[in-house]
Amino acid sequence: MTIKENTKLRVKDLGLINYSNAYDVQKQHVNELLNGGVQTLLLCEHPTTLTFGRLANERHVLITKEELERRGVYVYHIDRGGDITLHTPGQLVAYPILRLDNFGKDLRFYLYQLEQVAIDLLEGFDIVSSRFPKQTGVWSGKQKIVSIGIGVRKWITFHGLALNVNPDLTLFSMIKPCGLDVKMTSILEIKKITVPMQEVKKRIIECFCKNFHITTEGE
Amino acid sequence: MENVCLPELGEGIEKATVACWHASIGDQVSEEDDIVEIVTDKATFNVPAGTFGVIKEICVNQGQEAKVGEVLAIIDNSRNRNE
Repeated sequence: MTIKENTKLRVKDLGLINYSNAYDVQKQHVNELLNGGVQTLLLCEHPTTLTFGRLANERHVLITKEELERRGVYVYHIDRGGDITLHTPGQLVAYPILRLDNFGKDLRFYLYQLEQVAIDLLEGFDIVSSRFPKQTGVWSGKQKIVSIGIGVRKWITFHGLALNVNPDLTLFSMIKPCGLDVKMTSILEIKKITVPMQEVKKRIIECFCKNFHITTEGE
Repeated sequence: MENVCLPELGEGIEKATVACWHASIGDQVSEEDDIVEIVTDKATFNVPAGTFGVIKEICVNQGQEAKVGEVLAIIDNSRNRNE
């Protein structure tokens, strides 16, 4: 795999942002990159939201539409790969807007590197995590801690990964995450300590730069 | 006529499913227009027309699988932009 070295990355922290607004920001950055702009890593959290990827099965939602409405859960059908995912505060969402022609135009390699970013980040918190055979994402033991789903347009990436830092894990009982019979976990549940979200954001930038041989603007 | 084929998507990826068509038979398209979105497990990928012309045939319907290199659509590029 040939990686173009020393490409630049801009990081934008969107804070807590509605899913559709964050999607608009992604589209805007994809268009900017298509027109010669810089690669960007968008970081954020979303209010409680279910997103259905292109391979989603409605039966993987385990409560009624009325109950979703009653609980104020936002629902979106979106243009990423994968099945159903839940976002909620306490989960770090990273949307890399990258040129895959810098990384060999290889979707599988890109997904593998995204997993490695999360594995390295978790290792920094003394959490051993790994890939699961024939699945995409990152697991700690038999529990899933990172979900991944991407979109690519003209070899520019959007969507990305969701890492459970300290979300309310009971919310995942609303769905069959990614269509799997799997229990979700978080940094908080494993380490029994609350790690500040800002610290996790700082670490993900470092791990991202390392795995994609990229430097942040200004470095 | 120009064939729009499923491109190489990376090592070990041999096929993908058509998620949706952004264009229909008879539509005029330009090189950069994304005409079809395909999905392979965790990734969606938009395939551009690659040529200016009119969509003559759609060869793989929504929900069907295609192999890398398989023709997804045929574009009639016999007329130029100024005609």
